[in-house]
Amino acid sequence: MAVSTADDVTSRDWPLDIYHSLKTAGVSQLCYVPDAGHSRLIQLSHADRDIKTTVLTTEEEGVALAAGAWLGGDRAVLLMQSSGVGNCINMLSLLASCRLPFLTFVTMRGEWAEFNPWQIPMGKATQQALEIMGVTVFRLEKPDDAAELASAAASLAFDSDQQIAVLISQRMIGRKKWTETK
Amino acid sequence: MQKNFGSLDRREAVKMLLADRGDLLVISGLGSSSYDLFDAGENAGNFYLWGAMGGAAMVGLGLALAQPKRPVAVVTGDGEQLMGLGSLLTVAAKKPGNLSIVVLDNGHFGETGMQQSHSGLGARLEVIAGGAGFHSVTEIGDLESIAAFRRKMRNFDGPHFARIHISSDHVPRALPPRDGVFLKNRFREHLGFAVT
Repeated sequence: MAVSTADDVTSRDWPLDIYHSLKTAGVSQLCYVPDAGHSRLIQLSHADRDIKTTVLTTEEEGVALAAGAWLGGDRAVLLMQSSGVGNCINMLSLLASCRLPFLTFVTMRGEWAEFNPWQIPMGKATQQALEIMGVTVFRLEKPDDAAELASAAASLAFDSDQQIAVLISQRMIGRKKWTETK
Repeated sequence: MQKNFGSLDRREAVKMLLADRGDLLVISGLGSSSYDLFDAGENAGNFYLWGAMGGAAMVGLGLALAQPKRPVAVVTGDGEQLMGLGSLLTVAAKKPGNLSIVVLDNGHFGETGMQQSHSGLGARLEVIAGGAGFHSVTEIGDLESIAAFRRKMRNFDGPHFARIHISSDHVPRALPPRDGVFLKNRFREHLGFAVT
């Protein structure tokens, strides 16, 4: 059986930088559809008793959860892979209709050294899909920028009522490694 | 077409559900459920969804996690819940004790021409909720059972799921405010958050 790992990434612990920025910004809810590129941040969130961490069955659940969290006074973030952005389209209208803050971190597939052609169409459409629904898109290309970009994105979302997506370059996550275990 | 799926008048059912609501916060799903909630009495602790089809239970979950000391109810229809069935698994996995999901089930898509829904065609939402992991699942067909469930919604031993069989008979329109920013600010102000 082939198993992929996300261990071999860049030397800088950029998911930890994002985590610290989110803590400083007062984020207290994190929800996710798993992705190998998010595994470190998901672990950090689960280990933090002050962050309510929710696993989703599909990405648009996280858009609705973030809306409910804000209504109740919490700041939430959604972690997903680029292939999940398409699932969110209609639910994003909730955020525009109510001018609700929204912050999502999207790990990219279908761009840098992609080996699976089925990932390409949604990967190519990810930024436009977000933008046509009114979401402002930032691209995180360099690990050293993670802390500052996450902090700026959180301010725009939670202080200025904007919908913000940070697309994390596939190059930062590294080539998908396949390990034959059998 | 199966017309008489249930006998309860939906407006009476929701009024019974919310009688003496106290500090209950309520999210209503797109369509008639929002009209029912509004008709039962305007309240700053109501948040009416006019869109976000399939998202009501998740809005309720985010709110319930943020406000663990307040009971939270999601009141929605069978069609709205059917579009977000995965959210029942997500709620059950997270186990918020203060959250109740109440499905007003008339077995039809009432807003779009009264086509039969999957529920009307045999799907049992309370069984699906049980399978998703809800330990508290109730099927309701009369007002007395709604009164009993009303007490459950406040016991912080949830999450609770209730499927209320309602009639698909026509009721007059009762339209709540549609401005999302107004509804958001009113709701947050009700919880003590300053509108800045």
